[in-house]
This record gives sequence, C-alpha cells and structure tokens, in this order.
Amino acid sequence: MSMNPLLRRRYRLDETLVPFTLNGTAQTGRRGDTVLTAILSVSGRLRQSEFTGENRAGFCLIGACQDCYVMTAQGSRVRACSTALLADMAFITDLGAVSETAHD
Amino acid sequence: MTESLQPVIVGAGPAGIRAAERLVRAGLRPIVLDEGQRAGGQIYRRPLIDDGRSYRSRYGSEAGKARRLHEAFEAILPAIDYRPETLVWNVSTPERGNQLDVLLAGVHRQIGFSQLILCTGATDRVLPFPGWTTPGVYTLGASQTALKAQGCTIGDRVVFMGSGPLLYLVAWQYLKAGARVEAVLDTAPVTSKRHLLTLAIHAPRIVALGLSYGLQLQLAGVKIRYGVRPEAVLGTSQVEGLRYRRRTLTGEAVESIACDALAYGFALRPETQLADLAGCRFRFNGRDRVWLPERDALGRTSRSDVYVAGDGSGIAGADASEISGELAAAALLEDTGRALADAAGLVAARKAILRQRDILEQAFPFPDDWLETVPDETTLCRCEEITIAEGRRAIAAGSIVEINRLKALSRVGMGRCQGRMCSAAATELLSGACGTSAGEVGRLRAQAPVKPIPLGFGGSVEAEVRS
Amino acid sequence: MSRRISVDVAIIGGGLVGSSAALAMRKAGLSVALIDRGYCGAQASGVNYGGVRRQGRPPEQLPLSQRAHGIWPQLKAMIGIDAEYMRSGHLKLARTGKDFAKLEAYAETVRDYGLGLELVAGSALVRRFPWLSAQAVGASLCPDDGHANPRLVAPAFAGAAERAGAIVLEQTPVREVAATGNGFEILAGDGIEIRCQQLVNSAGAWSDRFAANFNEPVPLTRIYPSMVVTEPLPLRLPVSMGEQGGSFYGRQVARGNYVMGGGRGLPLGDPDYSRPSVTAASSVMQRAITLFPHLAGAQVIRFWSGTEAEMPDGNPVIGPSETTSGLLHAFGFCGAGFQTAPAVGEVLAELVTEGRSTTPIDAFSIGRFRKVAANTAASL
Repeated sequence: MSMNPLLRRRYRLDETLVPFTLNGTAQTGRRGDTVLTAILSVSGRLRQSEFTGENRAGFCLIGACQDCYVMTAQGSRVRACSTALLADMAFITDLGAVSETAHD
Repeated sequence: MTESLQPVIVGAGPAGIRAAERLVRAGLRPIVLDEGQRAGGQIYRRPLIDDGRSYRSRYGSEAGKARRLHEAFEAILPAIDYRPETLVWNVSTPERGNQLDVLLAGVHRQIGFSQLILCTGATDRVLPFPGWTTPGVYTLGASQTALKAQGCTIGDRVVFMGSGPLLYLVAWQYLKAGARVEAVLDTAPVTSKRHLLTLAIHAPRIVALGLSYGLQLQLAGVKIRYGVRPEAVLGTSQVEGLRYRRRTLTGEAVESIACDALAYGFALRPETQLADLAGCRFRFNGRDRVWLPERDALGRTSRSDVYVAGDGSGIAGADASEISGELAAAALLEDTGRALADAAGLVAARKAILRQRDILEQAFPFPDDWLETVPDETTLCRCEEITIAEGRRAIAAGSIVEINRLKALSRVGMGRCQGRMCSAAATELLSGACGTSAGEVGRLRAQAPVKPIPLGFGGSVEAEVRS
Repeated sequence: MSRRISVDVAIIGGGLVGSSAALAMRKAGLSVALIDRGYCGAQASGVNYGGVRRQGRPPEQLPLSQRAHGIWPQLKAMIGIDAEYMRSGHLKLARTGKDFAKLEAYAETVRDYGLGLELVAGSALVRRFPWLSAQAVGASLCPDDGHANPRLVAPAFAGAAERAGAIVLEQTPVREVAATGNGFEILAGDGIEIRCQQLVNSAGAWSDRFAANFNEPVPLTRIYPSMVVTEPLPLRLPVSMGEQGGSFYGRQVARGNYVMGGGRGLPLGDPDYSRPSVTAASSVMQRAITLFPHLAGAQVIRFWSGTEAEMPDGNPVIGPSETTSGLLHAFGFCGAGFQTAPAVGEVLAELVTEGRSTTPIDAFSIGRFRKVAANTAASL
C-alpha cells in the first residue's frame, strides 16, 4: 500500500523546523504549517473513514468538509487543515502502529 | 437616535472587512467574528506566518486588491472588536432574542447583537465520481489554498478538472509554482466558450486574463480537453491517475492520464446556514441551482435586523463581495437612522458584476447531466459513506420528493459537513429521480451547530449582554 | 382537482400510531385511508429519542407496552425493515440513595408484569458497566428493552399499509371533518372528499383541535425534546440509558453516533416548529461528559427538536369518543409513544372490528378529562 506524501513544499523550505511525531516516528514540519500540511508532507493519509475504513486525507482545506480530522496520541482529535502545527504534537494516522499512549 | 447599537459581523473576508470599515467610518464599533486565524477570507487568504512571499507571488493579478483589503483591515483593527478563531454555530430566532452562540478556544459563549451582517462566504461546489474520496483528490479551491496559504502544491503531477475560470487560473498558478500540470479537463463543451466573446464586452480584464492563462498552459504543453466526464480515479490508497471521457469531433474518446493529485470543482456554493437559523426567508436561484436568503439590492433580508453580503448571499466573486459588504453596512446605517445609504453607484457596480456572472455561467456551465454519467456504486455522501445506489433505493422505497425527507430516510447529509459536500449532488439525484427541477425538491434545512462543536463545551455559557 | 374516497376507516395523522393502525386494519380486511398534513412519521414519531422501553412506565401502561414488546421483533416481517431495532437493555441510573429507593419501589410495583428488572448497586455497578464513570449509587436494568431509529419506523409502516392496500394521503391537511349520522365526512387537501364509517384521531400534537371539533376539548400541551447527536464514534455504550430523577437519556446507535437528550426545546414563532434550547442542549452535553469520560474528545454535529404532545397526568388518550359514535382517539403520548405505538395500532383495529380491546385501556379514556372540559366550558 503506497503512502507517498501528498503535498509538495514549494516555499518555506528554510523555515524554522518544528518537530512532531507521526505514528510514533519523529518527523519535522515547518513553522507556519497547519497540521494537515505537516502530516501530508511526509505521508499520505490523515485517517480512515468510519464505515468502510478507506483512507482520507482532507478535501476542501478550508474547514468546510470536516474530512481532515486526525487523532492525536492523547486520544483527542483536531481538524488538521485549521489547526496550527506546534512543536511536539503527536498524531496517529495508522491505528495499527505503535502509539505512545494506550487507548481504552 | 441615542440607542446604543451592537452590530456584529460574521466573517472577516472581503465582504466583512468592507462592512466593518463602513460602520467604523460612521462611528460604530462592530464586533467582527471570524473562524480563521487571520482576516482576509479565502480568495485573499493570508498564511499563518509571514513567509517572505510577495503579494504578487501569492495573489497574482489580484495582488493590488489583496494588499488594499488587508491594509484596510489593519487600519480599522483598533476601532473594531475583532475575535478570530471564533466559530459562530447558532443564531437565535427573533422570538428568542438576538444571540449568537459561538465557540472560542473550546468555550461556549453567547454574543448579543442589535444588527447582524452575515458575510459567511462560500465553499467549492462538487459532484461525486468514482474515487473522489481517494487521498490526493482535492477541490479546486483547496489546491489554490494549499499554494496560497501553505506554500505547497497538492502533488507533483496534477490534473485539474471542472468548470469555471478558477480552473485555468489555478492550473496556471501551479505551472508557475513548479508543479507539472498534466492536464486541464474542462467539463464544459468547447462551444460554450463562445460566450466569452460576450463577456469580453462586459469584463474584458477577466477574459484577457483567462485567455492568457489558457495560452500559457497550452504553450507549456499542458493537455487541455473539453466536454470531459470523469470515469474513475486510478489508484486505491492514493491517486495514481484518472480515466475520463471527452467529446471529440467524431464522438467520444476515453483517455487515461497518470497523475498524483487531482483538483476539481464546479464554481462555488454559498454558506447560508446561519441565515437559515436566523429565520431568513429563502428563494431558489435557478442560475446557481441553490437556495439563497432573500435580499434586496443592499443586502437586507426578510429579518429586519439581519443583513447578508458577499458570496454567502449569492456567488459573485471577491469584487462584488467588497461592494456588497459596504452596501450591507450602508443599509444598516440607513435603517438605524445614522446615514442615508447613498448607494446608487455601488448598487450599479454590483449589478454589473452580477450580469457578468450570468455570462460566466454560460461559458462555464454546470454539468447538469452529471449523475447520468456516474455509476450508482459511487459514494454520494462522503461523511456517512452513502452511495448513489442507496440514495436511489431510499427515494424509490419512500416515494421521496423532498430533500430533508431524503436526508431523514437515507442519511445523506447527516454527517459532519451537514451536506456541504453532497447537497448539490443530492439535489440533482432527487430532482432527476422525481423528474422535477432542482428548485422543486426543497433545501436542506440548517441545524445547529453549523459545524461540529466539542461535547465538552468547557463549563457554563458566558453570555455577553449588550449594555 | 377533486377526488372522492369512501372507506371503512379514515385515520387522521400518519405518525407511528396512525400508520401502524392503518396496517393492522388492512390486515383485518378493512378499507383504510391514512391522512397526514405532512409526511408520515415526520413529527413526534420521527423526532423522538428512539427508546423502545417498558421500564419506567406507570403500571397502567404496561399491558399495552408488553403487547408492543412482542411486536417490535417482528418489524422486518411486517414492514420490510428492522429499523435498527435492538434489545440493548435499558439502564436507569440513580444518582442518590433516594433515587435508588424509587427504582426499588418501582421494581416492586411492577414485579408481576414480567419486565425482568435487575437492580444493581454499589461496586457491582462499576464492575458490570466499566464504561460508566462511578457517579451513580445504583441502577435498574431492563435487559430486553432497547432502541430503534425513529425516522424510519413510521414511514415504513405507512409504506407497508399502502402496499397492503391502504390509501395514504401525505401533504394533505384536513380542512373540515364532521359526523354525518352515518359515519363521517372529511374535506382534505386540494378538494379531496373522504367518507368513512369510523374515524381515528391520531393527529399527535394537533389532536386537540380534532377533539375540540367533536366537543371533547382536552388539556393537551406541546412539548419539544432537546436532542443532541454526536459524530460516529467507536462503539462503547451497549445500553440505552436514562436517569431516575434526572432528565438525561442517551444511547449509541450501531453506526456509532451518540443520541442524547434531556430538558425541553422551545417553540418558534410558529408553534409547529421548534428548536432545542441551547441551555438544555448544553446540560445534556455536560451530563454526557460526566457520565462517559471516554467521550472527552467527541464532537456534537447536530441538535434537533420536534413537536410532541403531553397530557397532564402523563398518560395518553386512547379509546372511543364520549360524544361521537364511531370516533376513536389515540394521542398525547407524552414523548413516550414510540415503543407502545405498534400495539396502539393493533388496539385501534380491535376497537373497530370488535368494539373492544383485548388490552386494558380504560385508564386512557378521554372521559377522565370530562370534568376539566366542563370546568373550562363553564369558565368561558
């Protein structure tokens, strides 16, 4: 199953790096990224849909379609396209992967 | 008139900013609520941080307008009560008083208003096709937002599809940004472009820009196709290509093209949920195939304390939004006895733009045969994952002729996005199944909250009472 | 456009009571017209919580409720869909010792009705229901109570009735109705004339107009639920829940949404329409977080309300008119009509075909409001 990054950076390439964790693996975003940009610059999925389990990676990017929710390692969820990336955020887009916090 | 007013403006895009500006000029201090982190709306959306790009780099031909709008906002900022990152999720009806329910930092607040100007903007309008939920498929607006606000392109090898001037603009922007534009697939027949000749009389700049983009795309070797209908996205976990049909001189051809991203859309749809919750009367607009709050030339609605402006009151573009924001504020000032509207010039300017929109729709027509070309297994409602087939079954089983009934019995439109992404298709499906027109199947009634809110509101409501 | 219809029974109101009555009467061989001013099942039948429960009802409702309990599992065979009916169990929490005493007293009162109530208290509560935060003193569980999707049931009954030969007239408001001495005459919709031998008034929150039309005014008031729905979430809540002495109720549907309610909504300028009260909805949301800490990150995606009808003593009106021969009433279910409605439909069919019901309904006679009606008339 190919999970190539979906977004290509064209600007802010030299911007301050912002560390975050994705499925337990350390990644870096850039200052000024949304969570969506950070995650999809290094991977190809934000979540799996509730009913068919298909991969989703956002759609409208302006907070209308409500498709880009991503799970944090703490168990909460954020709307990725409208949430700024902050240092040390941790996300889980692959529930089968190792996560740092156990879920109920 | 000594009553103290508390006008509230929802939306800090072109319409909201110009409305606020006009009110400030009249000595009022409006509350301006915006869901985003920085004012500017979508067309003139600003990045989260200063990324060193010039206005020309970010906004192209509209750089001047963008700069002036942003500067206008910064200029009035000290004179307004500006609340960013604030979601307005409910409006009370007149008998319940004048309250907005908002969410800020996870906390529920209520804000009272004496007048309300809704400048809620728009989203892309989309229709479903096989694979439209695949990672790598985005709306046209999304592909532009990614580049504008985040400095990213969706993918490296991108296909653009749909109908509207945005199609050529974004494709060209991607070309300039260094992406490979694999194709521009126009769903309108090439013959519809003859209307651009008429448009050139009314809006020569728009046409000149559009032709320029088209020409540059062609010179860059980008495949441009007309009369396109998609057949399927290729690739399951991610976009790997697109198969589509197109009109040729002799009939139809089926082609496939490899790509790693697809951006598509058919113009925009207005965000009208708050006007609905406010109790405004709606009327069906045949050209845009959408229900709009009834409005007069200035933006007054059927509710005397509610005004509408911008694309949320009918899609007309950023220029018209700026004008209509000012008009709505002028109406408010006139209605509260503060100033005569003296708006004839602005009204005329807006009317001229609306005439252009009529021609634009003819040059870039909505593909009203869409659902006949899409297989029934296609997902119709992406939130609830309801297929077109399930929708058809529900319509037949329940003899459904009305869209809220369709929602109740099939779940289409019951998901998180409240029908934003599926209502256009649901309308076409239902009207097609009933043999009626798009305006005869009703409209999806808004329900609070207009966007999802956290179950843990965060304690008791903080009400702001007008003093 | 005029149309003349002649049937054995006309039913005013296509909610779950009316539409299940239409099906039952068709099965009994009667010709039936089912009339609704909107779409069948779009009012109280479609906007209620969806609880299919016997526990908590006053004893006089239990025979009817037990009869309905036997009908619900047969929905698929009767109307073609199971409407997501499941016997999840109904768990009624007691927040205080006094509330638990009330649950115990109720269990004792209804001991002979076969509800199978189990009282659970203290540490046993947390052990059996680990997803529940330990905020309750105890609870009463009715293992075979459950829930279903209210939007689907009444429309499916109406559809089944139509397939069975009933005439179903939607978007057809009743303009006039009168007794003729030999049945009734109804003028409805766009010039539709209906003649019938017997008439059922199952018009929900609008039944009082029809009762008054036949000189039997009733003290019906409208109530509006305040419902809150979450996005779909991982399945965690296996039972439908309520609270003794509190107003919270909640369930999780098979698709994962939590459907919760409590308190009252508010009518709009037009009392046929309503909104949830934000205060009530906020209370529901806060109670949900307190009861189900695992919902901390959940989101609400929709509020809804609707129009239900309440009678002052908490019981519905079911049974023959006291003024007009051939008229039957069935309304005023106080927001608790969903579970009993299929049995009420059968009872109405019995009343028409045999003149009596095999299930006791005397407690629901419209005559109990006669004194009130007389006082009202005297005071005018």
